[in-house]
Amino acid sequence: MRTAAHHSLSWWLLALIPLAFLGLFFLWPLGSVLVHGLFDGGFDVAGTWAVVTSSRTADAVVTTALLASAGTVGSVLLGVPGAYVLYRLRWRGQRAVRAVVAVPFVLPTIVVAAAFSALLGRSGPLGLLGLDQSVAAIIAALVFYNVSVVVRVVGGAWAGLDPATAAAAATLGADRRRVFAHVTLPALVPAIASAASVVFLFCATAFGVVLVLGGTRVRTLETEIYLQVNQFLDLRAAAVLSILQIVFVALALWLSAAARRRRERVLGGRSLDGTRPFVRADAWVAAPVLLTLGVLVAAPMYALVERSLRTLDGHGFDHYMALFGEPGRTVLPVSVAQAAVNSLVTAAIAAAVACVVGQVVAALLTRRSRRSGALDAVVMLPLGVSAVVVGLGMLLTLNRPVLGIDLRGSWWLVAMAQAVVALPLVVRTLVPSARAIDPRLRFAAATLGASPWRVWTRVDWPLLRRAFGLAVGFAFAIALGEFGATTFVARPDRPTLPTAIYRLLGRPGIESIGMAFAAAVVLAAMTAAIMMVSERMRTQVGADL
Amino acid sequence: MNHSTQNAASRAGSAPAGLEVRDVRVVYPGTPPVVAVEGATLSVAPGETVALLGPSGCGKSSLLGAIVGIVPVAAGAILWDGSDVTAVPVHRRGFGLVFQDGQLFPHRSLARNVAFGLEMAGIAREERRARVEELLDLVGLEGYGARAVTELSGGQRQRVALARSLAPRPRLLALDEPLSSLDADLRARLAVDVRDILAAAGTAAIVVTHDPAEAEVMASRVLRMADGRLL
Amino acid sequence: MRIARATTAGAIALATITMAACSTDADEGPDTSADPTPASAEPTPTESADLTGQTVTVVTHDSFAVPDEVLAAFEDETGLTVEFAAPGDAGALVNQLILTKDAPIGDVVYGVDTTFASRAIDEGVFADYTSTAPAAADAAQYAIAGSSALTAIDYSDVCLNYDIAWFEESGLDVPQSIGALSDPQYNGLLSVTNPATSSPGLAFLLATVAELGDDWTSYWEALRENQVRVTASWSDTYFVDFSVPNYGGDYPLVLSYASSPPSEVIDGEPTSAALLDTCFRQVEYAGVLEGAENPAAGQAVVDWMLSDEFQANLPDNMYVYPVSSSVDVPEAWAEFAPLADDPITMDPAQISANRDDYIAEWTSIVID
Repeated sequence: MRTAAHHSLSWWLLALIPLAFLGLFFLWPLGSVLVHGLFDGGFDVAGTWAVVTSSRTADAVVTTALLASAGTVGSVLLGVPGAYVLYRLRWRGQRAVRAVVAVPFVLPTIVVAAAFSALLGRSGPLGLLGLDQSVAAIIAALVFYNVSVVVRVVGGAWAGLDPATAAAAATLGADRRRVFAHVTLPALVPAIASAASVVFLFCATAFGVVLVLGGTRVRTLETEIYLQVNQFLDLRAAAVLSILQIVFVALALWLSAAARRRRERVLGGRSLDGTRPFVRADAWVAAPVLLTLGVLVAAPMYALVERSLRTLDGHGFDHYMALFGEPGRTVLPVSVAQAAVNSLVTAAIAAAVACVVGQVVAALLTRRSRRSGALDAVVMLPLGVSAVVVGLGMLLTLNRPVLGIDLRGSWWLVAMAQAVVALPLVVRTLVPSARAIDPRLRFAAATLGASPWRVWTRVDWPLLRRAFGLAVGFAFAIALGEFGATTFVARPDRPTLPTAIYRLLGRPGIESIGMAFAAAVVLAAMTAAIMMVSERMRTQVGADL
Repeated sequence: MNHSTQNAASRAGSAPAGLEVRDVRVVYPGTPPVVAVEGATLSVAPGETVALLGPSGCGKSSLLGAIVGIVPVAAGAILWDGSDVTAVPVHRRGFGLVFQDGQLFPHRSLARNVAFGLEMAGIAREERRARVEELLDLVGLEGYGARAVTELSGGQRQRVALARSLAPRPRLLALDEPLSSLDADLRARLAVDVRDILAAAGTAAIVVTHDPAEAEVMASRVLRMADGRLL
Repeated sequence: MRIARATTAGAIALATITMAACSTDADEGPDTSADPTPASAEPTPTESADLTGQTVTVVTHDSFAVPDEVLAAFEDETGLTVEFAAPGDAGALVNQLILTKDAPIGDVVYGVDTTFASRAIDEGVFADYTSTAPAAADAAQYAIAGSSALTAIDYSDVCLNYDIAWFEESGLDVPQSIGALSDPQYNGLLSVTNPATSSPGLAFLLATVAELGDDWTSYWEALRENQVRVTASWSDTYFVDFSVPNYGGDYPLVLSYASSPPSEVIDGEPTSAALLDTCFRQVEYAGVLEGAENPAAGQAVVDWMLSDEFQANLPDNMYVYPVSSSVDVPEAWAEFAPLADDPITMDPAQISANRDDYIAEWTSIVID
């Protein structure tokens, strides 16, 4: 039992890394807002209860649940077939399509909403659908944003699924549908549950999409919190709503963990390549899937590109040229190109931090236990808590030197805020892969003389690199597109690409909106490039087999 | 790597050489805790192969895990050449282990699987290559070194697993149902091969199996186990 | 004119700082008598050199912009290093100042507007300061009654804009007042922003209250009947909905600013114009924060913002009109962005007392 105690101690020592990181940049800021809101001037039972029981709150909870569920179901329904076509099958050009599908994830809401509005407006190409300022438009946008999470997470699992199992089932007389229902789908459930939980959290905390595409008519917990903080200065209501949001999110996480626990199985890492070449019969599946993805993902992106090229006398690259110049009328302190560089630097730091911390967390969560369940929940929490609250908390807590380090106004703080947001997705990407490694593989290495560290570097790491590449790509993309928490800590003289876009959209003139859309296309292109690089990292490992 | 150090050798006079298991108890946590092994005592002399025979669930694999060090020991002691190794972590114990289904590293070629233990021991590249070839010869897979492990048949995988475990010259080799995932015909042939390979390597070995015939072929001595106890 | 002013920038800035120092002395009397401890403990600069090597943090909203050379000149002359913090839009800015007033996030704030000024003053966010910069007299006409906490820096008129060509082609009369919009002939033509999420939206709501008195609720009911479109932010209404050639949206009447039409001039011809009888005047203020680490530097920043250099750049950088009467607005503004002669206004105290109620009632009429 001595070794068990030793193991426990080293677990906690390692856990200090993520806990210190989250504690400083997330839990402390969050806690300070809650304490401030609930206990300033004494705890007001009646006032707090009134917020909980108001019909406005109930409406917001119901709407949040509805939108998040619909967004998640939609993303899974489209994402799982998408994962099959884009990851299980092998065909020319699929890598580019994968990258394109991942792009929406980082686009600033304000631009996406403009693109959707342009499509759905009275005279837009899809105007006849009558979806302008409707709940359906919000759900479509949520799926647009999040389908790539499902495609990538489930695709990764599917590509590594042993085709022999399905073949075995087929030899036992199961038809294709049955093979899928009884063999393939159960094996994919952990990945689907993992992706769905992340998507659910994203949908539950979506802000800009809900506000803009809903024409401010649709109210969720997130939009209510924003209004209470920024318009009504009612911190108590904001704190109560935040707690409701956390409870809501915790419930969703618990359900997803239960689904994963029942299904998550050791894959043994035996067959890492379960892909197969595209054959003509696959077209029956691939065509409708690609068509749907095309309409949903490509149409708004087409609208985006078209608007970025639109000039008074037709189309041209004028707005792109303008990105590199010092803005004639200095609404931005720097050129948009410089803002893009700022974005890349900050996002690289954020991705590095998120991936290192995330890797530590994944290592800690590999073996299931009560404490690892708790750590998992804490790490996931940033996805489910309003960026307004976290940003405000950062203002309240990190606005003074902490442990002798003065982060005030430091652009490091922007990177840290982005890393906090990226961490949950990094962990969700790494943990299923870490858990899929048969623990006996590690024992085998240990009996061959490998110390725990070398077991990790020689067995875990090579098998996780695939997932790690995926996680790096995701983290980078999230950091690039992060806007909510960034606005609170960003410095006006060092804008990132999303804050620059936001500011461009704050002044009139066709140059402003043209440049904003051009900058959004640049952001999209950067994301696609990063996703393709992270794809390449995965293939190299595959080739290594 | 040769684990029979000077120190252990000098003590060999006073204590029995090879493996000695004294009154070992293995308990799995839970409510209530499950006692998997109770009061197990046995010994394996250098060069000897001992079989642990018993029905599935009798605790033989747990006992094997405890000996190798991947299962914590609740009470009792495990000694090698008279020195207590109960608290020595797995990777410093020098006991090899072959799993039922091989557990080959999927990201490494066949040769690099066999070389793993040699890399851990810091053996130089040239020496490593020679040793890998020697072992592939021994298990009848000469020339297969560059293959990916996914290309191997079940029997081949087990041979590689055996070669991989033997490569760093373990003091003791533990085999956990090494043949049970194979079909009957192959099993019979491979059991003879394993016996010959172990004899050629001269390593002390302990084989867990539920098949009495297999136990007879591979081992020079058979211990029976039931309900967590050695009979 | 402007070149001459630029060369004398140094001299003016220097003079400004000296005056700032004097004014601190002058203000200290009443301040200390009211509150015996903190104000007198603050360092009182007597020379501009006192600020050399110090840092001042300017808290502002996220559309703040100042040309590098104007900022550099100020830093050179004062020896200050200026840092900026921008925790959100104008509304968010004030609320965050209130929440952090025990440990202010900067020394001086710029960008508090008419609709939020009183709330911030009531919360005691600012320290009193009266600038003696040359433009201070111009600024004084926008001062908030009963308080010397805030100094007006610029203003803008929130007005409905219309698509000139659309109205010519349709033959409809351009609506001449806020009240006219409830007429069914304007059904489906107007896009405005939500006052809860957008600052111009709030200004327009206040304009309707000021213009129509108690009838404002029935007016908004009529607008709802008339299918008024409500969006979350100015960019949604202006860029997506406005039907002018630059954007090609579906609405010929949108909520924007008096300063917007110059951006829609094509080949010297305006394509949009502001309805000057629908304008609500928004003033933007600067103020030194109570409890600031460096109040003297904060005062210097307020004076700098009233300087001609800063004032002259306001239209191009932030689309607002300078309070100073000694600087010129750009030519295009003079031609295409006339201000309202008689803008609609509302007492900041009334706004502060009723804003939340107005918004709640508006929401129940228009949205729910």
